Amino acid sequence: MSATDTPVSLPTPDTAQRSPWGEVLHSLLRSPTFLTGLGILLFWVICALLGEHFVPYDPLDADIINTLAPPSTEHWFGTDQLGRDVFSRVIVGSRDILTVAPLATILATIAGTALGLVIGYFRGIVDDIVSRVLEAFMAIPVVIIALLAIVALGTSKITVIVVIGLSFAPIIARTVRSAVLAERELDYVAAAKLRHEGALHTMFVEILPNVIPPILVETTVRLGYAIFAVATLSFMGFGIQPPSPDWGLSISSNYGMIGGGFWWTVLFDALAIASLVIGVNLVADGMHGAFND
Amino acid sequence: MVFLGGQVLPGNVGRAILGPFADQRAVDALNHSLGVDRPLLVQYGTWIWNFLHGDMGTSYIFRAPVAPFVIDALGNSLKLALIAFVLVVPIGILGGVIAALNLNRPLDRIISLGGLSVTVLPEFVTGIILILIFGVWLRWLPISAAWPKGAGFFTQIYYLILPSLPLFLVLFGYIARMARSGMIEALDSDYTRTAVLKGLPWRTVIWRHVLRNALLPTITVIATQTGYLIGGLVVIETLFRYQGIGSLIFTAARGKDFPMLEAGILTIGIVYAVATLVADFLYSVLNPRIRLGAEQ
Repeated sequence: MSATDTPVSLPTPDTAQRSPWGEVLHSLLRSPTFLTGLGILLFWVICALLGEHFVPYDPLDADIINTLAPPSTEHWFGTDQLGRDVFSRVIVGSRDILTVAPLATILATIAGTALGLVIGYFRGIVDDIVSRVLEAFMAIPVVIIALLAIVALGTSKITVIVVIGLSFAPIIARTVRSAVLAERELDYVAAAKLRHEGALHTMFVEILPNVIPPILVETTVRLGYAIFAVATLSFMGFGIQPPSPDWGLSISSNYGMIGGGFWWTVLFDALAIASLVIGVNLVADGMHGAFND
Repeated sequence: MVFLGGQVLPGNVGRAILGPFADQRAVDALNHSLGVDRPLLVQYGTWIWNFLHGDMGTSYIFRAPVAPFVIDALGNSLKLALIAFVLVVPIGILGGVIAALNLNRPLDRIISLGGLSVTVLPEFVTGIILILIFGVWLRWLPISAAWPKGAGFFTQIYYLILPSLPLFLVLFGYIARMARSGMIEALDSDYTRTAVLKGLPWRTVIWRHVLRNALLPTITVIATQTGYLIGGLVVIETLFRYQGIGSLIFTAARGKDFPMLEAGILTIGIVYAVATLVADFLYSVLNPRIRLGAEQ
């Protein structure tokens, strides 16, 4: 990729790397798993970006006369208890979750990659201590961490992004660490050390490009879990706040009524979350397959 | 055994949770002017000391000792978790074994893909869909976990089936996947080939040689899922309005009821630690060659 400043030592990793990227792309485009997942994901991204321009109603517009109307040709998915069109809300409801979850994942990836590179590169006591602390963090469910953080910091999208980002970072750090452990024994790292490259340079310029594939896969898997976590937290009333048509939030404000048979107020939101999570996981699965073939 | 116990427990939830929420006290308890002028460590020490003697403090909201609430809630949650476990462990293992025995055939595809799909879904999503199917459309099961007062054992189980299903679905995927890969590895091994070549019947080979070796890693997975289960309980208990430890923590967090919150979380930490210890113990009983320090 980059790092071609010293041609003497680099040809091996460089050539060994460039053609596989093309190959990976090739096998990705032939993987039905990946393409299905990508299709679902793209559909929701488009809804998030442009949804409000093509939905039949304003997702926030209340219509007091038509409350809790069952699905019909006028309102495909029915209306909720304020008479808002459920179809429009489901489409536009992808926006908040597709902002919060990716931001949390990016935070987790940056923090986790940096941490993983450092502990994988230095090993020894740094690794021992940091790894134990990370394991301890991974043992606590995200929901519990989020509850504590929200009590301390108050509920906001930023809190949710930071909480999810930081609680996923250890998992990414662990993946990066094990990838780095395998890389650091290779000749090009030894060559970099012999050239008296600094530790930072070796880590970020020499090793990092070579551990990109596992990071990409792990990041995609984490994105799936981040969507899981964001949806759960907004269902619990944390993070995304009304009147956003967010899916988790809609379910939490409507599920009290499903005993009365108003299934359309929650089912479509639930299916939307399900499709998005499964779509991201299909993409991750396809990438995993493509990188490991 | 001792090594594993010593290795896993100190690093785990118990202490980790205490760390973050010692800070919590510092920040938040100030607002509540509840004898917080003492140094933090002293406060923290007294709190642990009292906790160990059964005094969990007084709830800010209920103006009553926290302990009975926590114990009740814990009992309720254990019932729910137990039902989920009793259902998922045999069925999950069976699913994994069947998948492995039909490797790459349609049945394996269905179990693996289905298991994976339900595992990645948030519990409240599967919960809502299950409520709609079984509670609203088919009317087979009650949609709330709150059983009538004085309900008998079986009525209680009847009310808990629906809430335990989302937990079941999430755990099923993990357990089936572990059992499947354990089986595949064991089926592939030299000792299985030797057993087959010795002329043992296929059934004996599976039962005596393959299953035993295949299920060991599965036990570890089941234990590590306790942590997940606790997170899942918070959501499920809220969705089904069930008075368990998860909804207790949730209500306490929303109402800023710190003694309740801390007692609930410490209780969870203890449960988690005990579960990990039991799993380590089981593992060492079932596996005569525990490989010390081979955890990575």
